[in-house]
Amino acid sequence: MKKVLFKARDLVREFGTRKNRTVAVDHINFEIYKGEIVSLVGQSGSGKTTTARMILRLLKPTGGTMEFEGEDIEAKRKKEYWRKVQAVFQDPYSSFNQFFSTKKVLLDSFKLFDNPSPEKEALVREALKAVNLRYEEVAEKYPFELSGGQRQRVMIARIHLLKPKLLIADEPTSMIDSILRSSILELLLNLRKEERSSIVFITHDLGLAYYVSDRIFIMNEGKIVERGEAERVITDPEDQYTKRLIADVPNLSEEWIT
Amino acid sequence: MAILEIRDLKTYYQTRIGEKVRAVDGVSFELHDGEILGIAGESGCGKSTLAMSVSGLFPPPLRYESGSIMLGGYDLTKIDQKKLRKEILGKKLSYIPQSAMNALNPTIKIKEFITDILKEHNPELTREEILDLAKKRFESLSLSPKVLNMYPVELSGGMKQRTVVAVSTLMDPEVVIADEPTSALDVSSQKEVIKLIKELFEKRVVKSVVFITHELPILKHIAQKIAIMYAGEFVEVGTMEQIIFDPLHPYSKALMNSIIVPEMGIKSKMLSSLPGAPPDLREILLGCRFAERCPHATDVCRKEPIEMKKVDGRLVRCWYGGHK
Repeated sequence: MKKVLFKARDLVREFGTRKNRTVAVDHINFEIYKGEIVSLVGQSGSGKTTTARMILRLLKPTGGTMEFEGEDIEAKRKKEYWRKVQAVFQDPYSSFNQFFSTKKVLLDSFKLFDNPSPEKEALVREALKAVNLRYEEVAEKYPFELSGGQRQRVMIARIHLLKPKLLIADEPTSMIDSILRSSILELLLNLRKEERSSIVFITHDLGLAYYVSDRIFIMNEGKIVERGEAERVITDPEDQYTKRLIADVPNLSEEWIT
Repeated sequence: MAILEIRDLKTYYQTRIGEKVRAVDGVSFELHDGEILGIAGESGCGKSTLAMSVSGLFPPPLRYESGSIMLGGYDLTKIDQKKLRKEILGKKLSYIPQSAMNALNPTIKIKEFITDILKEHNPELTREEILDLAKKRFESLSLSPKVLNMYPVELSGGMKQRTVVAVSTLMDPEVVIADEPTSALDVSSQKEVIKLIKELFEKRVVKSVVFITHELPILKHIAQKIAIMYAGEFVEVGTMEQIIFDPLHPYSKALMNSIIVPEMGIKSKMLSSLPGAPPDLREILLGCRFAERCPHATDVCRKEPIEMKKVDGRLVRCWYGGHK
């Protein structure tokens, strides 16, 4: 039996005032199972990131409910919630404090725990090793001294320290090259394998979504218009919008621009 | 006859402490009438610097070092900057940088922006003539002329980018240098922009295009020739079919193996990732620049400088011609 880790019911988020109202997320319902990777795919403005921010409690929904491990997500203190629900963002450069070294960034993540392990530094070493970075090489460096791929790996090292139950990865590879991208995807897949973490992978790239996820949700104008097994959604889409989205991605075997 | 001919171009960034970063280090290519050349490589390989240099632009700390850029009888490395702006840019060659859409002035309507720009290049044209030209061009390109009366804030990212592409080709330049024109857009807007570039090319508004990207699948659909760039140099130049379906250089192979497209079987594809990072371009590099990351490198590769060699009808910069 698949166990539900996260559940959203009738989730709504509106922006703006009455006159100028935008419904960014429009009454969506979904479950995320334990150990599952779900991709949230859609164009810019489809509501993917707004959904992610609500899951992360960075944004309050206008309506609806969300449950994590069977409990309303508002029930716990944020600090406790974030110990289990974490995120990796598109541009690690803007999520790091520019004045903190890699080591400090990683050590600071222990602040989320009430009784952090005394072996903090050893754990940091291990986490960096898990993402193929050498402690000696990066520990004392500041974000601007790291390359894009290294910064993204430090971000994932942080996730290895926290071992969240649910990880929100918001376009984690859209700023890095394809050659580096594969190693970052590998790290995310390992996280699921080793920790049984669930991952919500947000992207506008259907190829990526297909590659990493078990299920795909297609979002358009704030609604989930299609959902299902990754294989099925890509090879046999039902919704018109999904079909268009697939046709918009250049591939190697079919005509693209007609 | 080539429209654009680049010979052994070297352009370096000069740092304040006197070091040189060899961003473009000996690049040669020709662009012919009716050709779209795709240039691909990872961040930092020098592709954007190459785009700027080929357009005759050397904003400090970028400096021209040596080589030539021949376009319609002019050498863009020797030409006076004023002349370059008045007579070449926009008229013979248009450079569309990565964040081109940010060039639109947010405080004025698109039509005012267009008049501003075209007046600068062609003082003899009247406002009416310019607007008429813009309107006709927009209509012929399946772009709504309504855009002319709008402010940039009213347009989506993709629409802004298409507007900039249309505006920069109003004077029918022979060559367009497009540097990652779609990297900030989602897949659907990306397709619209690329369709527009292809349309301009097919309607012969522009005669040839250099299209720079790190997305190889795009090049499969628009380029006839592809050059793969690594650490300031071209490592393989061939036809689209050669590079996409039968790459020889180990780096081109790695690039091709890292592509993820939504096609059957992609889930089980073994993606390649390379160890290490590209070399530091501040250092004088001996031997093959890819040797440190190449699975087949030998001592010769690490020590001996290597030129482009003709292998199987294309150019490859590899001691073993990629056959190893």
